[in-house]
Amino acid sequence: MAERSFKKEVEKLKLGAGEEFRGEGILAVTKGLLQAGVSYVGGYQGAPISHLMDVLSDAEDIMNELNIHFETSASEATAAAMLAASVNYPLRGAVTWKSTVGTNVASDALANAASGGVKGGALIIVGEDYGEGSSIMQERSHAFAMKSQIWLLDPRPNLTSIVDAVETGFELSEASNTPVMLELRIRACHVYGRFTAKDNKRPEFSIQDAMENPVRDTSRIVLPPASYLHEKEKLEKRWPAAVEFIKSRKLNEHMGAAEGDIGIIVQGGLYNSLNRAMELLDLSNDFGDATLPIYVMNVTYPIVDDEILDFMEGKKAVLLVEEGHPNYIEQQLNTILRQAGCDTVLNGKDMISDIGEYTCDVIKKGLNKFAKEHELLKSQKADAQSQTPVEIPARPVGFCTGCPERPMFTAIQLVEKDIGSFHISADIGCHLFSILPPFNIGNTTMGYGLGWAGASAFNKQAKQRTLSIMGDGGFWHNGLTSGVGNAVFNQTDNVLMIVDNNYSAATGGQDLMSSKAEHEKRSTQHDIATAVKGVGVTWVKEVRTYDLVQMHSILLEAMTTKVRGPKVIVAQGECQLNRQRRVKPIFNADVKAGKRMERDRFYVDSDTCTGDHSCIRMSGCPSLTLKDNPDPLKSDPVAYVDNSCVGCGHCGEVAHASVLCPSFSKVTLVYNENFWDRFKSGLRSSLIGMLQSAAEKKRLSRLKKAGLI
Amino acid sequence: MTKSNRISIAIAALGGQGGGVLSGWVVDLAEANGYLAQYTAIAGVAQRTGATIYAIELFPEEQIKKHGSEPVLSLMPIAGDVDICLSSELIEAGRAVNRGIVTADKTTLIASDHRVYAIGEKEQMGDGRIDSDAVRDAIKKAAKKLILFNMDEMVLKSGSVISSVLFGALAGSGALPFSREKFEETIKKSGRAVNTNLAGFDLGYQNAKGSVSVSEAPCAQEFSSKSSPLLERIENMPDEARAIVTYGLHRLVDYQDADYAELYLSRLDDFKEQMLLSDVARHLALWMGFEDIIRVADLKTRVQRSEKIASEIRVSENQIWYGHDYFHPRYAEFTDTLPASLGRMMARSSIAKSIFSPFFSKGRIIRPKTIFGYLILRSVAGLRFMRKKSLRYHTENKRIISWLDLVKKYADDNPALALEIARCPRLIKGYGETHARGINRFSAIMAYVEKNGDAKGIAEKIAELRDAALLGEKGTEFNHILEKGMTDHAQQKGEFTWAGSS
Repeated sequence: MAERSFKKEVEKLKLGAGEEFRGEGILAVTKGLLQAGVSYVGGYQGAPISHLMDVLSDAEDIMNELNIHFETSASEATAAAMLAASVNYPLRGAVTWKSTVGTNVASDALANAASGGVKGGALIIVGEDYGEGSSIMQERSHAFAMKSQIWLLDPRPNLTSIVDAVETGFELSEASNTPVMLELRIRACHVYGRFTAKDNKRPEFSIQDAMENPVRDTSRIVLPPASYLHEKEKLEKRWPAAVEFIKSRKLNEHMGAAEGDIGIIVQGGLYNSLNRAMELLDLSNDFGDATLPIYVMNVTYPIVDDEILDFMEGKKAVLLVEEGHPNYIEQQLNTILRQAGCDTVLNGKDMISDIGEYTCDVIKKGLNKFAKEHELLKSQKADAQSQTPVEIPARPVGFCTGCPERPMFTAIQLVEKDIGSFHISADIGCHLFSILPPFNIGNTTMGYGLGWAGASAFNKQAKQRTLSIMGDGGFWHNGLTSGVGNAVFNQTDNVLMIVDNNYSAATGGQDLMSSKAEHEKRSTQHDIATAVKGVGVTWVKEVRTYDLVQMHSILLEAMTTKVRGPKVIVAQGECQLNRQRRVKPIFNADVKAGKRMERDRFYVDSDTCTGDHSCIRMSGCPSLTLKDNPDPLKSDPVAYVDNSCVGCGHCGEVAHASVLCPSFSKVTLVYNENFWDRFKSGLRSSLIGMLQSAAEKKRLSRLKKAGLI
Repeated sequence: MTKSNRISIAIAALGGQGGGVLSGWVVDLAEANGYLAQYTAIAGVAQRTGATIYAIELFPEEQIKKHGSEPVLSLMPIAGDVDICLSSELIEAGRAVNRGIVTADKTTLIASDHRVYAIGEKEQMGDGRIDSDAVRDAIKKAAKKLILFNMDEMVLKSGSVISSVLFGALAGSGALPFSREKFEETIKKSGRAVNTNLAGFDLGYQNAKGSVSVSEAPCAQEFSSKSSPLLERIENMPDEARAIVTYGLHRLVDYQDADYAELYLSRLDDFKEQMLLSDVARHLALWMGFEDIIRVADLKTRVQRSEKIASEIRVSENQIWYGHDYFHPRYAEFTDTLPASLGRMMARSSIAKSIFSPFFSKGRIIRPKTIFGYLILRSVAGLRFMRKKSLRYHTENKRIISWLDLVKKYADDNPALALEIARCPRLIKGYGETHARGINRFSAIMAYVEKNGDAKGIAEKIAELRDAALLGEKGTEFNHILEKGMTDHAQQKGEFTWAGSS
């Protein structure tokens, strides 16, 4: 079950024509798909489109009613290959993933689909994870569109425009036999807004029709001579068809003033930020009534030469607002201008920063410079005076309270203390937080599921083995073959630790093949260790991560054993974020119903805590924090467990394993105690109470005798 | 251009604090009261305990009707264009100020005054917490209107979440054109944990209105001011030192007995200068009250401890609870507790070690609220009577005397150095490896002083070494500075040879 449930929200997908839809961007995209008569949908989760996958999952019943097939694909490559269904049949299909990383994985299938072309509309919805909050390398999906000739839509970030783009995207794809990519920036994916709905459409041509009446057209398959013909077809037929469609349907928009010798060209997705920047410079208002003419590129590839030249006509200068690097659009516009002999000045990255996200602040700064140069500013508004920044600590992401991955990294710390440091090849997933404080563990990461592949060069006999990390998500995505299979085949002597936490945790807790829970629509409970053994690893150990002693000794054994060959440790512990979401409501209901229940949480004795904070460096749990030292003689703050503790026990294990201090204790709280509890507790507290007060009396008399009380 | 009636709101929070819920409430509230609402956030890994920000914009429907088209709203908070900034933690408010989204011409800043420490602050070996007052000053200067109070306290008081307290404070601030009733309706309509959320809301509202007085926690004092032979001896001490010494006396009688406290006082006799006296008194009291297993067992079995745990973990009335205490005594702690000569012999004997150490290989869990657990701990605590004969006592005593001698040696000729030496025991803390690491660095510094005591700038050097010793577990910085002075000593393990080493 995913981190966020959309069970309630998906009801909105049933809205009919004329009704107002209110909700999040990704929910609106789903509604757009249903309105467009989509036949199949697939994808792989990852911010910012994780929620899209969650919405689709929760909407499966609604989709089944419309005879739509939805699949949680094994990887982005799987999802992209799904588009093959649109090659021979008039089936509309949509796939989705996080970009550019997902597009990297998908590009083999994408290139094939783009080469042969499609008959039915093929839509690729990419969540562009760029700028603030991004977890990946900063690149552009634009390059993929260019290299494979896939059209790229970048609509204005309001729900009406986004939903329209979904529908026209299919039409554009069909009109030009080309897959279409719909690029949504992270904030647009999550924007809450409204649009007027249409009725959902059941696809006229069904998947069953295709399966029962197969069509074969070898000219659509990438193999010579067809592949040479594809290239010709792309340029001579599909491109002009697309341009014609874009022009006739006016997919790109003219906003702001109708006339003017200074203008702006902007990617659709940046329009709202541009308008706000203009408004703050008194060049526009709330409703986008700008004083300059603006050409909004809702289609950023292909660029429509005629439209550009029309816009440039009679203009002295135009500012291009294009986010990301390289500046593909700027380069292309310059070519268009040069070839047409047009002498309009094109400003772009020379005005606005050429690195990083185009936030409103960044655009405003560049626009200010452009406007000054062309004397557009009526009054010179002084920028709000900025204070000198106050010193504040960075707040990097980290493992959640009670996370089962934390003990793995504590164990690595302990083993490094035993045998010295070794090379660690990290992977993608929550476990990559290990590279941040307090663990500071991991040397490289080469991509999802590529943890072990990233260590494949280190396959020589040496005094120290290397350790690789891989999550269960990455394992099923490709790590089983690219990492484990590769290690078996090439006879590595290194060690892999697989994090088996029951979910694709970093992307929002989606289910996996190895999820422990039963799933009504998917087949789960496929064991990782069995799969690893199945491809030929003989040294396989399973261990519960919270058992730090075991974790430590097994890892130490793997790193030092005389046994040669690949070694795999499957470290198991349920993602605590998901676990709490699962068990908390049940626990509360049971307590309410009067059942006897126990709950554990941890506590640090501030009297014996010495304020060295080793425990924090070896655990890093958010619930393990600081408070002032209650001892007036000591100045360093003491460790303290706050109320968010979930009682996973790791801090106690750490205190045991590394002989930290006797300050940790686990407290078990009993709810709805029974007779036996009351009896035991009564007996104990009266007896211990007696002994305690005797001891206390002695202590007090000692103080009294000394005249101190 | 006409003036805008838009309301821009930013919520600066930590992932997982419920900023999404709060945003949802604001949207519902606005939509129910004639406003168009747009909201967006950055979900994803940013939510895993990192700093994150939510952006909301509200726009009057009436104006949309008048104009005939939808407004263009922003998907992110913009410097100089935010009307209301809500922050669920003090540093996050500071971060919002640094981003420029809190400005003196328009922003109402509603922030919680409590701290959630960042990992960079928590992981330090000493005190890595940043200066909260500097942040408070900065946000006071930056905002047009500031509502700042400890919302975490209100959360605990009401059993609700910080979102509801912030929502209440937002209502109380009057920054939105909606009445208190409308806010409360929004919570009621959401249907989840309505009562506790309303309780949190109310506290937030009251605090924003300024109608709650902050109560100072009463300071419990076990001490009397009545005179006694021990207290009479310190009557003439300067105030600051006397307070510390009083704590020290109390600590040592509690730890051992009045004689031990006498010894403490007599050791202090040699120090007259106020600052030096205070520092020596502080560290001597802590050192003489070193934490051995006797002390730990004693503290763990006290009545006060049960009460403290019960209140800290919020046990409800009459609720039954048990503690499971994690101990890991090692062979060294065992021999340390034995009478000195026996202990020393056992510590050195490999035969004894091989026989006894298996008993100390594993950590143990003891439950002090069971009769058996209590009796075990109490009997260890009862070893207090033989503490002064123990190996540990001898070891520590020798170190203490040698340290005091070093301080005394420089007290007159180089008071700055004496003061720095006096402050060095701060490095010795903890148990096990932590303690060994502390002793290693402390003794390295003492050995350094013994060798270079008359060098120029030695006091500054010692201060520098002491700070460096707290910089990292591996001691790279410490060794680097130490190496400059004495190459032969760097990277050495265990206790450095100095007057106090055993």
